[in-house]
Amino acid sequence: MADTSQGVGGLTFDKSKRSWPNELNILLALVIIIVVFEAIGQFAPYMNGQSFLFDTKDRFDSIFNEARLQIIILQVAIIGIIALGVTQVIITGGIDLSSGPLVAATAMIAMSFAQVAEVNGFPNPKALFGPWAMDLPVIVPVVIGLAFGACIGIINGTFIAYFRIPPFIATLGMFLFCRGIALWWSGGNPVSFPTDAYAWIGSGMMPVVWFVLLAIIFQLIMSYTVYGKHTYAIGSNEEAARMSGINVKRHKVMVYMIASMLAAFAGIVLSSKAVTAQAGMGEFYELFAIAMAVIGGISLQGGRGSIIGTVLGAMVLGVIRSGFTYIKLDGSYQLMAMGAIIVAAVILDQYRQRNRA
Amino acid sequence: MSNEIVLETRGLTKHYGGVQALNDANFVLRKGEHVAIMGDNGAGKSTFVRQITGVEQRTSGDVIFDGQPVNFTGPIDAREAGIETVFQTLALADHLDVPDNLFLGREKTKLDWLGPFRLLDYKSMRQDTLDALERTGVKIPNIRNTIERMSGGQRQCVAIARTASFASKLTIMDEPTAALGVQETAQVENIIRTLKEQGEPLILVSHNMRQVMDLVDRIIVFRRGRIVANLRKEETDGQDIVAYITGAKTGAEYEGAA
Repeated sequence: MADTSQGVGGLTFDKSKRSWPNELNILLALVIIIVVFEAIGQFAPYMNGQSFLFDTKDRFDSIFNEARLQIIILQVAIIGIIALGVTQVIITGGIDLSSGPLVAATAMIAMSFAQVAEVNGFPNPKALFGPWAMDLPVIVPVVIGLAFGACIGIINGTFIAYFRIPPFIATLGMFLFCRGIALWWSGGNPVSFPTDAYAWIGSGMMPVVWFVLLAIIFQLIMSYTVYGKHTYAIGSNEEAARMSGINVKRHKVMVYMIASMLAAFAGIVLSSKAVTAQAGMGEFYELFAIAMAVIGGISLQGGRGSIIGTVLGAMVLGVIRSGFTYIKLDGSYQLMAMGAIIVAAVILDQYRQRNRA
Repeated sequence: MSNEIVLETRGLTKHYGGVQALNDANFVLRKGEHVAIMGDNGAGKSTFVRQITGVEQRTSGDVIFDGQPVNFTGPIDAREAGIETVFQTLALADHLDVPDNLFLGREKTKLDWLGPFRLLDYKSMRQDTLDALERTGVKIPNIRNTIERMSGGQRQCVAIARTASFASKLTIMDEPTAALGVQETAQVENIIRTLKEQGEPLILVSHNMRQVMDLVDRIIVFRRGRIVANLRKEETDGQDIVAYITGAKTGAEYEGAA
């Protein structure tokens, strides 16, 4: 092969010419936020010189405050799983508002097939079904939960792609519908006492394990597979994608299906972590998932954004939440700050986009 | 020039409700021939192209391509049969780079058993892109750049290189230089000359008289949905063509048509 870095007939694909990735900016922002919290901890008089990230208790086995790092990631991991799917939907130029209630509905449905027959020798007080649904292998609730998510996603996608309902409206309808399902499923009662195997799914740091694993898988899928390429192409120029022979409608249904399956999985993990399923679970999750993607540099017009960006966006939200607790500021300030940061992220991003062209 | 017919239409007609956008169009394109389609706005040029490329379904008439009567159900059908079209609105994905766009919808892949998650063969697609650009004489500074960072001319070149990079039997360009500057237009025209040298047949829809006289062998004039003239370049000139376009003249064989 010719030395292509020198170009063939004036052509090059020199790797060094690739642009500064958007993700590095978010990483930079993340570092700045951490430094700000660290500085407040070191210098604000009421903090008594505590460190945000570092282990100041002179435990020689670690440099970082691992407990805090774990909490930062753990508290965004479940919403992060949803955000992985929401990212794909937004890249096609759509939106998914139904994920929060879908988390609750899936939690209820999956949990009711994961219950144990006996608790401490007594019949399960929260048993929803008869003995036939008790002590089932863990695969049963997981498959039922994911299948339910897939159905919701296919319905979303079908309305959006084939009936041309705007994604905002279609998924807003599904938002209410799923919350309704969650309430109706057990008549508003919590469903509790899962099998040990089901409780393991979301125990300890498992939500983080799932989040990281799924993030890696979907980053690879979005970058290196036909599915990923077509997802970007549809968001970038739907007409061009159609003209190029991509089955745009079918692809959209698949994207919404995958997004809803990820939200359903988040519901399974959440109910497992909480060891109970309640109809009110997952409130605002859909909005936080969208916020993660937005902070991660996604464009709501479609075509631009990445899984890595969304993971970093999730980290930003996690650090802010943890940081505000650390500097002893009330939850209300957290919400205000998060709101400001989301808008600031978009303003900065737009500014950068304009200056690049 | 070979006399083998690449594309023929017989009585091609398209009505939009009561509007007769295209009426009884009889057209022949031979191998290696470059033909221009001219006419005023709304004369039926783009309608004609849309019927051939399967973007729309004709009301009546026949299209014979490569010796076979064809009924394309969509542009993909037409492309698979070997008709590559550069549309007026560029069908490019702005956020993707040059190889991605060239191979959009027909990616080279590995591990095909993975279905929709089969892997993209980036290396091979990049090499093919470089080959295709070299063959068509298109110069783009960096093929890894996304389309949104390119000039109008570069975008048009990518769109044209896409049609030229696949073994097509017929290339159709719908006003490829309408939105371009002088230099960019020259680059596109050079690509068209390269196609001519390689014996690739071409249908060029254009308003640009100089361009048409420079590039093509034959000129078809549309007026009010009908073909009103079929002129060899050597036997006509700009004024003559304008007379046909405006309706001052009608070709002898088309008398009574419009």
